[in-house]
Amino acid sequence: MELTKDISGCGIAGFINRDGSLVSGIDIADSITLMKDRGNGLGAGFAAYGIYPDFKEFYALHIMYDDEHARKITEEYLDRKLHIEQHGGMPTRPIKKKRPIFFVYFVEPREQSTKAESEEFRKEEEDEFIVKLVMHINEKIDGAYVVSSGKNMGVFKGVGFPDEIANFFRIDEYKACCWTAHNRFPTNTPGWWGGAHPFSLLYWTVVHNGEISSYGANKRYLEMYGYKCTQKTDTEVVAYLLDLISRKHGLSFDMVGKIFSPPLWEEIEKMGKKEKELYTALRMTYGGALLNGPFSIIVGYRGGMFGLNDRIKLRPLVAAKKGNTVFMASEESAIKYIAKDLDEIWMPKAGEPVVVNLTEEGYKKIYGTLV
Amino acid sequence: MYEIDAKNVYYRALNETIRSAIKNHNKDLVIENVCGQYYIGTGLSDPDVTLTIHGVPGNDLGAFMNGPKIIVHDDAQDGLGNTMNGGRIVVYGSAGDVLAYSMRGGSIFVEKDVGYRACIHMKAYKDMNPTVVVGGCAGAFMGEYMAGGTLILLGLTKDKNKAVTGNYLATGMHGGSIFIRGEVDDNLLWNQAMTIKPTDEDYKVIQENVKEFCNIFKNDYNKIMKEEFVKVVPKSTRPYGHLYIPGP
Repeated sequence: MELTKDISGCGIAGFINRDGSLVSGIDIADSITLMKDRGNGLGAGFAAYGIYPDFKEFYALHIMYDDEHARKITEEYLDRKLHIEQHGGMPTRPIKKKRPIFFVYFVEPREQSTKAESEEFRKEEEDEFIVKLVMHINEKIDGAYVVSSGKNMGVFKGVGFPDEIANFFRIDEYKACCWTAHNRFPTNTPGWWGGAHPFSLLYWTVVHNGEISSYGANKRYLEMYGYKCTQKTDTEVVAYLLDLISRKHGLSFDMVGKIFSPPLWEEIEKMGKKEKELYTALRMTYGGALLNGPFSIIVGYRGGMFGLNDRIKLRPLVAAKKGNTVFMASEESAIKYIAKDLDEIWMPKAGEPVVVNLTEEGYKKIYGTLV
Repeated sequence: MYEIDAKNVYYRALNETIRSAIKNHNKDLVIENVCGQYYIGTGLSDPDVTLTIHGVPGNDLGAFMNGPKIIVHDDAQDGLGNTMNGGRIVVYGSAGDVLAYSMRGGSIFVEKDVGYRACIHMKAYKDMNPTVVVGGCAGAFMGEYMAGGTLILLGLTKDKNKAVTGNYLATGMHGGSIFIRGEVDDNLLWNQAMTIKPTDEDYKVIQENVKEFCNIFKNDYNKIMKEEFVKVVPKSTRPYGHLYIPGP
């Protein structure tokens, strides 16, 4: 009998060119594939920012369908709700397994035909409009899942090893200023195409190594605000919590870090008055958003990327910098495999987000507007 | 000298190559282009073998190792020296989390920083006394549940934004000695350990190991020894003795 060992533990990687310069997906695929043994072939995926420069004004919906019927129902719904500038099947290469079908739609919200509909789907509140649309499709249409829904970005994910999924989605042919990647080792949730990372909503994407033990509490908290968890994987809550806390409530990523990975009560006890007040208020207001359990995550968003660990750093994360590019990964070797002569390498501290934003010019280059 | 090129070689194949080279009586192995291969040196036991590694070795470098010497000319990753029983590992760079986890013999020298949970569950037995010397700073939970052995932290990379060690230092420690150069904030210690001034006997141990460190990494011994050390010791040999059952 051959002795084998499961090296269990997902792998994550990501990098961002702060000046907005675009590079192909070859490097990120190499980086995550170096950590192939962190996954077991049951999930891998990539998020890319800046890939659709010709449609940067439009929300790019990446939708996964189980069958043609689901596509028909979904497209009828999309036609009723949105202006579709262009759409088509996502370019793929053959893969030796049963797989869903993938389509991309470049859309924008439009006036609704009835008053009741216009009240629920308000054209002026574009992001909100898209969130509602995504929640509706994921919850109500059997066999249809919106994989990503931001502008000038997209998520490519599925069941397989990272090199397989990269090849399937032809990510070497896309060019992005920010790439993140995931290699999955599912522990207590199913390995299915929708359960692969990144998880995404609007411009948010999350890749995650670890386990959100507070999933149930987070899910119920999110339901109060209209977010429906439908993807059967804990990481999904992180994407929606970011949307709620950062986009809707306007809190900074530093605050998000303090909410997701708060210090223990014993530590808060030892703080000065002002800090104690802040942390106590955050724990009371956002208790339902606390992420319990071990995690390291890399989050992509409109204009940047950040990495974060759980409050006692139970999962690995290394960061490095070279010129205008910042890298993060589960293992240092995954960074050095794609970048030589780094200026700086460091191990981020528990609960302290490493936030990297595009420069002003970089932002303008990708999104065509100022921040 | 026996050279091995590890470029794009899968970890299992690399480790097989290393083992068969040692079986064929090679003692001095130089491994080039290492990048993330796990388990290098795991379980090797010939004390005359030296592995020189260029590139970043993967997790669990030298795990369960019992005799050989490993020299790393780059950073190392997580789990270095996991349950190591004998031999020596030298890292010309930094190392990741859980360094020397459950280490029970031999020595580890790291030039720069180490991550979280260094030397947790380290233990000693009779004449087996594991020794770890770290030149830079360490993350939180250093020496957690430590039961034996010697850990010396020099803090040469510390500055006003970078503390020599994180919190929960020596939580649940019940044996062994931790020596830290410079001052240690009592708040880092939580409840189960305390700092005292090292004795003359202790300083002999510190001096001997710092000399060794300076020989390896070419540091200025006198400059390092100018600053005083503190010793972290457990308050009790059984910190959790009464956790579940109220004691006398």
